[in-house]
Amino acid sequence: MSTKQILISGFGGQGILFAGKFLAYKGLIDDKQVSWLPSYGPEMRGGTASCSVILSDEPVGSPIVSNPDILVAMNLPSLDKYESTVAPGGIILADSTLIDRKVERDDVTVYYVPATALAGENGIATLANMIITGKLLSVLDDFNEESVRAALSKVVSAKKANLYDLNLKAMQIGADFK
Amino acid sequence: MADKVLMKGNEAIAEAAILAGCRHYFGYPITPQTEIAAYMAKKMPKIGGTFLQAESEIAAINMVYGVSSTGKRVMTSSSSPGISLKGEGLSYLAGADLPALVVNVQRGGPGLGGIQPSQSDYFQATRGGAHGDFKMIVLAPHSVQEMAELTVKGFDLADKYRMTAMILADGTMGQMMEPVSLDFAASEPVAKPWATTGTKMEREHNIVNSLFLQPDELEKVNFERYERYKVIEENEAMYEEYMMEDAEYCVVAFGIAARVSKNAVAEARKKGIKVGLIRPITLWPFPTAAFAKTMGKIKEYISVELSMGQMIEDVRLATECSAPVTLCNRVGGMIPSPEQVLAAIETAAKNGGAK
Repeated sequence: MSTKQILISGFGGQGILFAGKFLAYKGLIDDKQVSWLPSYGPEMRGGTASCSVILSDEPVGSPIVSNPDILVAMNLPSLDKYESTVAPGGIILADSTLIDRKVERDDVTVYYVPATALAGENGIATLANMIITGKLLSVLDDFNEESVRAALSKVVSAKKANLYDLNLKAMQIGADFK
Repeated sequence: MADKVLMKGNEAIAEAAILAGCRHYFGYPITPQTEIAAYMAKKMPKIGGTFLQAESEIAAINMVYGVSSTGKRVMTSSSSPGISLKGEGLSYLAGADLPALVVNVQRGGPGLGGIQPSQSDYFQATRGGAHGDFKMIVLAPHSVQEMAELTVKGFDLADKYRMTAMILADGTMGQMMEPVSLDFAASEPVAKPWATTGTKMEREHNIVNSLFLQPDELEKVNFERYERYKVIEENEAMYEEYMMEDAEYCVVAFGIAARVSKNAVAEARKKGIKVGLIRPITLWPFPTAAFAKTMGKIKEYISVELSMGQMIEDVRLATECSAPVTLCNRVGGMIPSPEQVLAAIETAAKNGGAK
């Protein structure tokens, strides 16, 4: 890997920024150069939220991801908005519970993960974000449990330690989903 | 990497200020810099410091004036419209020769504008920012690490030269997270014999004031102040050079624009174009020396800005119009893409420096 540009997008409240922060911390723990840039407009309050994460072996130049290698689309407006921007040969992960259409591009690899439904079935309704993040790590062959655990402990605050196991469970569900 | 943590640029500024010994923060919320105030609100009470959300930006800058008069390290932060409100206070701080750190995390303007990133307060920051003859030291970070380091540097320079140092960042720098190491040496406290700390009946009164009704006296303090500015211009300019060794074309950019431009310069190099980047880190003093040594070698300078072209004037002055200086910009909260900058470089290379 030289550089991976990741764009995560969905509704405000789906944990888009949290998932990005987890990936950035995991990158840091794995000795990568990283940057994380959130959308910070009024869309955070209920509309579309997105964040750019860059993981690289080189110092990160622009932190803005405009042509992602990996797009994680957690809702339909996100797929509509960003599908055309994905770099050829890139990857799209789509939450197929909330996105009722197929990806139209034929030059990208697509993974449909019913993350929201899986979260509901497993009693972790708020953790669809981490289910799809788990799938992303397994797709990248990067589900290193040690660094996953270390990164989680950075982003789950000590006051909410009970959520640590649930986040880990969510990622495992995503990673195991075929 | 164990000692590095991920922080937002705004948080890095706040933590670095505390490490620099700042125990007094006055501010008023405004996007995209509110995390500075939020961080201070959380931390300051725990370390015996003062966080105060003032009733307005104007009140906050005047509280800065008050605390600075007592010799303590003090800061405020805001974003573009809020900085305009602080203008009067910035001028008073300069007139009274008081050190302070002021942070401007810029957003699009003019007016209330928008909340997305901008660099359109460059003139305001580098030309003084309010009425009267004065300057501020203006520091332009282009990473979260620099947000922290330049904050400490800003306090040091402000104390050393008894003037305001401004961190001129933008929404991207404030909001983005990057690994940051806060493991740097704390700065040495500077003696402030001028501070109004009470005479204890042992010395003459210190008077902090910006009112001089005798014109000859006011002229004298202005002349003296500008002698000090001359020393700063000679000693404190900072810049980074990127791929400049054999460059025939030169991109000039600071802050987020420099981050984008580095991508473009690297791409252009792959295409065989001899292009480099000069990144001013101090916007005042502008790093004129960095440009002086390029004159005669550079065929065209490209100023990449999130403004309608403000720094471009300083580039023209610094290069004495020895080569064309062109503008590559986006405004209103938009950010130039690496592709846009690359296209500007390719156009320059095609023209070969023709005026």
